[in-house]
Amino acid sequence: MKLKRAFRVWQRHLTVYTKLYKSSIALNFVEPILYLAALGLGLGAFVKDINGVPYINFIAPGIIASSSMFAAIYECTYGTYVRMTYQKTFDAILATPVNINDLVAGELMWGATKSLLYGTIIIFVISLFGLVSSPLIILIIPLLFVTGLIFAEISVIFTAIVPGIDSFNYFYTIFMTPMFLFSGIFFPLDNLPPIVSKIAFFTPLYHLVNICRAFSSGQLSIIRWDIIWVFAVVFLLAPYPFRLMRKRIIK
Amino acid sequence: MNIVTVKGLTKDYSSLRAVDNIDFAIVKGECFGFLGPNGAGKTTVMRIIYCFMPPTSGKVKVFDMDVIENPSLIKARIGVMPQDNNFDPDLTVFENLIVYARYFDIARKDSVKLAWELLDFVELREKAQVKIDNLSGGMKRRLVLARALINNPELLILDEPTTGLDPYSRRNVWKKLNYLKEKGTTLILTTHYMEEAEKLCDRVAIMHSGKIVTIDTPIGLMGLHGGNLEDVYLKLTGRSLQRLIL
Repeated sequence: MKLKRAFRVWQRHLTVYTKLYKSSIALNFVEPILYLAALGLGLGAFVKDINGVPYINFIAPGIIASSSMFAAIYECTYGTYVRMTYQKTFDAILATPVNINDLVAGELMWGATKSLLYGTIIIFVISLFGLVSSPLIILIIPLLFVTGLIFAEISVIFTAIVPGIDSFNYFYTIFMTPMFLFSGIFFPLDNLPPIVSKIAFFTPLYHLVNICRAFSSGQLSIIRWDIIWVFAVVFLLAPYPFRLMRKRIIK
Repeated sequence: MNIVTVKGLTKDYSSLRAVDNIDFAIVKGECFGFLGPNGAGKTTVMRIIYCFMPPTSGKVKVFDMDVIENPSLIKARIGVMPQDNNFDPDLTVFENLIVYARYFDIARKDSVKLAWELLDFVELREKAQVKIDNLSGGMKRRLVLARALINNPELLILDEPTTGLDPYSRRNVWKKLNYLKEKGTTLILTTHYMEEAEKLCDRVAIMHSGKIVTIDTPIGLMGLHGGNLEDVYLKLTGRSLQRLIL
């Protein structure tokens, strides 16, 4: 793999994105704001403070995490799949000096970039609404790229093995939606049966939510293990998107 | 000098043997055609030559480099016109060429100049700012050709360059290919049109079930087997008209 050639793939995605960002922004960015408004304000009116924090302030950092997650997952499931099969973009790229590993690295980097971008937009929005109490929140931005890589890796792995585009429904229903609901965004997991937090420990979103919440309140000492988890998993998963994509495309 | 040397090439897809122990060499400056029915292994051979997939066994050298060891160096000197018009549909004609040039590390100022030259060459200058979907089939094929030329390739690989085109558009593409050939570019093409093979190819390989049945000049084949190139093709791929009727 050569970073420069991976960058060329990333650059292609950026070029296409700059043409389409209007429709894509609406999908990825209006939705989290709706969650925040509906649950934070609507449900929040009936919910007492959680750990001494008003409900909307409690969920706001979690929305950074979920928005960032959705961005990478959409990009590296549907986006990658369309480029791979319908548009045959990969075939076009692989006829140039760019090789399959460069291509996969470019996909992952782009997915992580979208994670960073959409998470950052939410940071900006919730800060504007005064839902963040610490300026340390800015420090999450580089971390969003790292967690974005995890979501991108998982998505590319799945994209490499799905028989068809309809199979993504399984991915969303079995993996993404439960992760979204039970990651601690909307309620602390402490009151649920312990098995829930045990399962949540193995999902990247749970750790990202912890990280976002800690940074937005300024209490960083409690998330050392979340950060270690994130870096370890990025490296642990790394070989598989490359291996499986090579198997899928090259044969 | 040989541009491509293939020895004992075999390619398996899980249980299917797509290419079965073939040998051939392609000389600098010639136009070499692969003929054969669908599924004969033509596209697979092309894809191995342009380092898209590795051989299962055998040796394939392009520009005297091994396709497994030096794919990027080889691909930097090859142009590929695939069967599908795999453009970026969200980009304009011009942007498609610029983005493609970046994969070859061509600097922006050079790629802009090149893109205009190539659009002139394929007569698409006035379509530069148009979305891909608004091009006719013939225009798309010409644009794929332009894109394949962005790195000024020494070897051009053409997978069914004129399939689905009307006679006028087809001749237009032939004209361009003949020009490139005169300029010294080595061409490898697959086609189902015998007229195309006769007009363009110095030598043809007839493939059937993953094997090369014969390699010769079109004139040599017709002299040896009688009839036109289509008769030879049908005879050698075991699909003579008589058998089809029976």
